[in-house]
Amino acid sequence: MKKQWFWISLLAAAGTVAVSAETINAAGATFPAPIYQKWFEAYRKAHPDVQINYQSVGSGAGIQQLTQGTVDFGASDMPMTDDQISKITKFKVLHFPTVLGGVVPVYNIAGVTAELKFTGDTLAAIFLGKINKWNDAALKKDNPGVNLPNEDITVVHRSDGSGTSFVWSDYFSKVSPEWKSKVGASTSVNWPVGLGGKGNEGVAGLVKQTPSSIGYVELIYAAQNKMSYGLVRNAAGTFVKADFNTVSEAAAGAAKNMPDDFRVSITNAPGKNAYPISTFTWLLIPNKLDGAKKAAVTGFLKWMLSTGQQDTQAMFYSPLPKPVVAKEEKQIGSIQ
Amino acid sequence: MGQVAVVAVPPSRAQSFTKRLREGDQIAHLITLIFAASILLMTVFLVYELWVHSAPSRAKFGLGFLFSQTWDPVAEKFGALPFIYGTVLTSVLALLISVPLGVGAAIFLSELAPPRISSVLTFLVELLAAVPSVIFGLLAIFTLVPLLRQYVEPFLKRTLGFLPLFQGPAYGVGYLAAGVILAIMTFPFIISISREALLAVPREQREAALAVGATKWESTWKVVVPFARLGIIGSVFLALARALGETMAVTMVIGNDTAMHASLLAPGYTIAALIANQFTEATGDVYPAALIELGLVLFFLTMILNASARLLILATTAKGSRTE
Repeated sequence: MKKQWFWISLLAAAGTVAVSAETINAAGATFPAPIYQKWFEAYRKAHPDVQINYQSVGSGAGIQQLTQGTVDFGASDMPMTDDQISKITKFKVLHFPTVLGGVVPVYNIAGVTAELKFTGDTLAAIFLGKINKWNDAALKKDNPGVNLPNEDITVVHRSDGSGTSFVWSDYFSKVSPEWKSKVGASTSVNWPVGLGGKGNEGVAGLVKQTPSSIGYVELIYAAQNKMSYGLVRNAAGTFVKADFNTVSEAAAGAAKNMPDDFRVSITNAPGKNAYPISTFTWLLIPNKLDGAKKAAVTGFLKWMLSTGQQDTQAMFYSPLPKPVVAKEEKQIGSIQ
Repeated sequence: MGQVAVVAVPPSRAQSFTKRLREGDQIAHLITLIFAASILLMTVFLVYELWVHSAPSRAKFGLGFLFSQTWDPVAEKFGALPFIYGTVLTSVLALLISVPLGVGAAIFLSELAPPRISSVLTFLVELLAAVPSVIFGLLAIFTLVPLLRQYVEPFLKRTLGFLPLFQGPAYGVGYLAAGVILAIMTFPFIISISREALLAVPREQREAALAVGATKWESTWKVVVPFARLGIIGSVFLALARALGETMAVTMVIGNDTAMHASLLAPGYTIAALIANQFTEATGDVYPAALIELGLVLFFLTMILNASARLLILATTAKGSRTE
C-alpha cells in the first residue's frame, strides 16, 4: 500500500510540474525542422518552464494553422504574401529569419566526375526543356575540358510542394524572363518537363538511378549524404560552390538593404562569393501574445539569436549574418 | 438499459424468458442497425465535407475542371483530366495483370494443389496482403524500376514500338511501373477472396460433374468457377478500390508529371498521389479547394467504375442464364 501511495504522489508531482510549464505550439516548414527540434529541446533543458512543440507539417500548412489560430506561431520557407497577411486580423505577423539554406544542382552523367559549372540561364533552359542534350553548346562553353556526352537530359524536380522548389523557381524567375512569364515561382509550379520525386530523398534517388539526369536538393541534404553537386554562376559573374560561407555571404549582401519586415528573397544576391540559390527560413510570430506566452516566446527568440546560432554549422545550416541578428533583436521589442 | 429494467421487475419464469428473448432480439437489431447506418452516415458526411470545402474551386472552374489539362499552382489554373486519366489507366493496367494471375492462383490453391502446399502458399498470400504500401514502393524503386528501364521497356520499344503505347524514352518510372506495382499489391486480395469463394462451392457440385464424366479440369472450369463467380467478382471489386485509392507506392514510381501522355512508358500522375504530394503546401483559397475537389472526383470515379462493372456483370450473367 505504501509503495502505491508513493507512486501516486510521484505521478501527481510530475503532473503539476508538467502543468506549470508554459506549453507553446508551433507548426510549419520541414526544411529547418531538424535544427528547430534541436533548438526547442536544448531550450527546454536550459529553461524547464518552457515547452515548445513543433510539428513539421510544411510551410503552407504552418501558415494556415497560424491564420486559424490553432498554433501559437508558425514557420515558413517562403515569406507570407500580402494577401496571406491581410487574412489575419487579430494580430500582425512578424517575420524572424532563423537560419539560411542553399539549393544545389545534382546530376548523374556516365563518365563525368568533374564538378560541372552552370549559369542561371542554362539551368533555367534545362528545366524549361529548351536545352535537352548534355553536349549543348552552352554547357560545353562553361565546362571546357569536360567530355559531355551526346545524351538526352532527364530533368528531375520535386513532386511535393516545398520551400526548396520555391527557392529554385524564384531564382529562375530572376535570371530567365521566359521562366518568369511561363512558369513563375512557388512551392509547386507547373514544371514544363521532367520526372517528379517526393522529398529530397525522392529527387536524389531518381537522379542516382536515371542515367543522364539532373535534379536539385537542399545543400544540407547533399552535405549529409556526401553527394557531389555543381557550381552556379552568381550575379557578380563568379562560379560559386555552395557551402556555409558562400550562403551566408548571400545573406550579408542582402542584409545591407534588408526591409523592415524581413520579407526578402536573397536569390541571385550581389557579392563576389555569394551563392545565388540561397534563402532565409522564417519563424512567423504574432505581435500580440498573452503574458506568459510572450515571455516564453521572446525568451526563446533572444536565445535563438545568440546561443542557438552556434549550433547551425554542426547541423549543416548557415548562421545569420551579424547585422541581421541585430535587426531582429530590435524587432523582438515590438512583440506586445 | 432495457435489460436492467427486465431484471428489476421479476415476472413469472416462462414469461421473463420469452420476453428476454424478444427484447434481446430487438436490442441486437437496433444496435446492428446503428452500426450499419454509420456506414451511410460516414459516406454522406464525407461527400458533404468534400463538397463544401471544394466550393471556391467549383465556383471558379465549374464543369471545365473535369476536362482541363492544366495544373498550374502559380497561375491558380487547375484541371483534373491528367489525373483522372492516370488513375483509370494505372488501375485498369493493374487489374489486367492481377485478375488472370490471381484467379488462376486461387484455382490452383483451392482445387489442384496438395493440401500442404496450399496451406503454406495461402499463409504467404495473407502475409503479402498485410505488407504496408510504402514497402512495396521501396521495392519498386530499387528493383522493379531498374528492371523496367534496362530490360522490359527497351524490349517493348523494340517489339511493339510501332504502337503509340510503347514510345518515348524509357525512364523506368511511369504509368507502366505504377500499373505493375498496383498489380502486385492487389494480387493477394484477389487470391485470398477468390480462394475462399472456390472453397465454399459444395462438394456435390464437383462430384456431380465428375459423375457425368467430366475431367478434373472440366469440373473446375465449367462448374466450380461459375458457381463461385460472385465471390471472385467481389475480389476484383476490392482490388479495383485498392488500386484507385493507393497513394504511397504509386507516387514513388509513377514519375509525378502533371502532363498527359499516351505512352505507358511516360511519367504521369494519379489523383491520390497528387493530393498526397501537394496538399501540405497548398496555400490560398482556390489551390487547396481544387485538391479537395479532386478528392470528390475520385469518390465519384470509384462509384462510377464500380457501378458500371456491376452493370456489366449483371448483363453478362443474364445473357449466360438465357443460353443455358
